[in-house]
Amino acid sequence: MINIGEVTETNDMIEKENLDVRTITLGISLLDCIDSDLNRLNEKIYNKITSVAKDLVAVGQSIEKNYSIPIVNKRISVTPIALVGGAACKTPSDFATIAQTLDRAAKKVGVNFIGGFSALVSKGMTTADENLIRSIPEALSTTEFVCSSVNVGSTKTGINMDAVRLLGEIVKETAERTKEQDSLGCAKLVVFCNAPDDNPFMAGAFHGVTEADAIINVGVSGPGVVKTALEKVRGESFEVLCETIKKTAFKVTRVGQLVAKEASKKLGIPFGIIDLSLAPTPAIGDSVADILCEIGLEYAGAPGTTAALALLNDQVKKGGIMASSYVGGLSGAFIPVSEDQGMINAVEAGALTLEKLEAMTCVCSVGLDMIAVPGDTKATTISGIIADEMAIGMVNQKTTAVRLIPVIGKGVGDTVEFGGLLGHAPVMPVNRFSCDAFVNRKGRIPAPVHSFKN
Amino acid sequence: MEKTMDKAIITVVGKDTVGIIAKVCTYLAENGVNVLDISQTIVSGYFNMMMIVDMAGAKKAFADISEEMEQLGGQIGVAIKCQREEIFEKMHRI
Repeated sequence: MINIGEVTETNDMIEKENLDVRTITLGISLLDCIDSDLNRLNEKIYNKITSVAKDLVAVGQSIEKNYSIPIVNKRISVTPIALVGGAACKTPSDFATIAQTLDRAAKKVGVNFIGGFSALVSKGMTTADENLIRSIPEALSTTEFVCSSVNVGSTKTGINMDAVRLLGEIVKETAERTKEQDSLGCAKLVVFCNAPDDNPFMAGAFHGVTEADAIINVGVSGPGVVKTALEKVRGESFEVLCETIKKTAFKVTRVGQLVAKEASKKLGIPFGIIDLSLAPTPAIGDSVADILCEIGLEYAGAPGTTAALALLNDQVKKGGIMASSYVGGLSGAFIPVSEDQGMINAVEAGALTLEKLEAMTCVCSVGLDMIAVPGDTKATTISGIIADEMAIGMVNQKTTAVRLIPVIGKGVGDTVEFGGLLGHAPVMPVNRFSCDAFVNRKGRIPAPVHSFKN
Repeated sequence: MEKTMDKAIITVVGKDTVGIIAKVCTYLAENGVNVLDISQTIVSGYFNMMMIVDMAGAKKAFADISEEMEQLGGQIGVAIKCQREEIFEKMHRI
């Protein structure tokens, strides 16, 4: 039988160490909404989302009550809209109307983000894909909850450099159109390589075409729990360190698995996957950077950071995989800057640079995430940074992503306030040398060779 | 018998005072909740109790009992929390 020590341990994790379930994300296929008439398409989309997801928030709240575990976000992901809207949308503005429909549906069912205003263009762009990408600035500046993502590369196809070049401009334009809110629109736009079909985390969530009609995916969290567990093994060997992370990840993931199963049962929608990511928030103590410090670094970014992060990421997966029947999504440690107080401190102390962050993305999940850069950064420079990050994902057969925010009107030394879960960030310097001639080449980078690994 | 059980864990934490267990148990008895196990300690004047209860015969919904117990805790001056057992079972047992 459960004993008082175990009960206290669990409740301390929840009350003192910020243990929560970060998100229940309901994936909904919109393929059956496809219509050649734009108004009818919008109506079908609205009706499908608001009927499939009508109980999502209430069910989430009842699970919170039953177990006293906070479920921070209830969200929806949908089929990439470029596929759904292709038949009806002839211009970028047509696509923007779908974004507005998604926003209305999200507000109606009470979720705080809806992802899937997306295009998958890792090898080439259809007209619909290109129109969707060109509509992103309008879509993100006229909606509140819509998140957008574009997959521009994969290990199997290489990198679509035409899309990378276009997205450099789109990121800038999105920043410009939302400059009144510190270019917040860019916080809702992710560029991917090897994007997973079942990621529950925003802004990159979409419901892949390989998925069922509706599916429940759950993202767990718990950097604070790992940090507290590691405080007890200071100075111990790597073996003890790794065992501690693994055991903690196991416990955290089991809670996610319980919540996912329960949500699936109550909603009558199949359970998809648990995403094992350590997702930080701006709350004090809920930081991946703090774990790196606890492992033995003065600041995240110090020499040894990449190795420490690699170790952390691997142990989280090893512990989490045992705890869940299905693992998927991004599953690893997130290293966003603005959403993690420890990372912000490291940047402010001068310990962490964009280049070090890029190195860290080779061993963690996701990539250059929530990084504020000067507003006058050129579109081609942004494309160059995206291309670098995509290359890391392509060659290493992993997901990588870029979510950069060129903050219009601000420069290095300024701070940007996004508010809520998105946090705040110091504007980081960007390498000022040009990559124009590289980015302006047409076509794509071929897929890498899958042998001769060196 | 085991299958029809509906186990929950009640934790009571706060400054020790006369009659905490009495008040909590009276509430549970009045609402048809059966106590299966109690463990209790006092650490430097702080009362710390865990009860395992069976709610299969409860007269009210889980959410209502949970909320009323929280209010009861407020009256006594302790924090009372009512959670379904699975969260502990899943986390601490393979």
